[in-house]
Amino acid sequence: MAHSVLLIDRSGQLIAHHGNTPELDIVSLSALTAANFGATAEIARILGEEEFTLLFHKGKNENVYFSAVGEHVIMVTLFDDQTSLGLIRLQINKIIDELSTILLSIFEKGRSKSSDPLRLS
Amino acid sequence: MPFINFSKDEIQCKIVYYGAGFCGKTTNLQYIYTKTMEDIKGKMVSIDTKGDRTLFFDFLSLSLGKIRGFDIRVQLYTVPGQVHYDATRKLVLKGVDGVVFVADSLKVQRKKNIESLINLAKNLAEKGVSIRSIPLVIQYNKRDLDGTDSEILQVDILEKDLNSMLKVPSYSASALKGNGVFETLREISKLVVKDVSRKIMLLDKQLR
Repeated sequence: MAHSVLLIDRSGQLIAHHGNTPELDIVSLSALTAANFGATAEIARILGEEEFTLLFHKGKNENVYFSAVGEHVIMVTLFDDQTSLGLIRLQINKIIDELSTILLSIFEKGRSKSSDPLRLS
Repeated sequence: MPFINFSKDEIQCKIVYYGAGFCGKTTNLQYIYTKTMEDIKGKMVSIDTKGDRTLFFDFLSLSLGKIRGFDIRVQLYTVPGQVHYDATRKLVLKGVDGVVFVADSLKVQRKKNIESLINLAKNLAEKGVSIRSIPLVIQYNKRDLDGTDSEILQVDILEKDLNSMLKVPSYSASALKGNGVFETLREISKLVVKDVSRKIMLLDKQLR
């Protein structure tokens, strides 16, 4: 199964991290993921798409799956070569729906009190 | 727009080094990286071309200590300076909390400095941020060339060109030798943390 999951915001800040990867530089990974997503969003725009909602990078032993969760958040899932991509996609699709609902309610709640619950602008 | 992580008692701020191509943004970060202690810095990440030009950005994360129980972590970014990389600059500016504008003291770069500052104002405005309200510090870089064969502008001319309207703190520096690099970083960090504290208090009032 997936061995590490990160939730980051679109400007590259880490929101939450779970997994057993102490050697992983998650701060840099967050910054690069946001950049990666931003760059592919521009590619999408050139191609006439609004956005690519998922990205997948395959390595020899490690794989990364990036998924957009609503407007502000990206989920990064790291998994090894023993895990099937199909299974990961299936699980992630379920989780994304749940997470989107939770995040939407947080943002809605925040908007009624201030401009943004996670950020101070 | 600082990010507050209540589960880790951490405030994350984003500071972007902005300026024309080859003005020394990456050199600033490299100097900071080489001179800070291992336990307070992360790895420095650079996405550049083979010709030493920043393609996307450089990134360095630093811990600045605690304020009211919160760890303050700043993330330093640079942008690519070349005119045609504007889309990338806009991406890096997303969620920015403070800007260091690095000006090149070389006389031949005078126009490019002004163009880059105007570009910064425009890109911030697109995000609904005014260059007059965001924490901003200007650094006049390459002062070590003073007294050499290279023609450089005097600081008062640079001030008139770039800071006559903004009136923000400015520092003379040599990113290569290190003079003024930490003074600039200290000032922008101070301004950003002050701005964060003000916003926290404002939010606190709103929530009550």
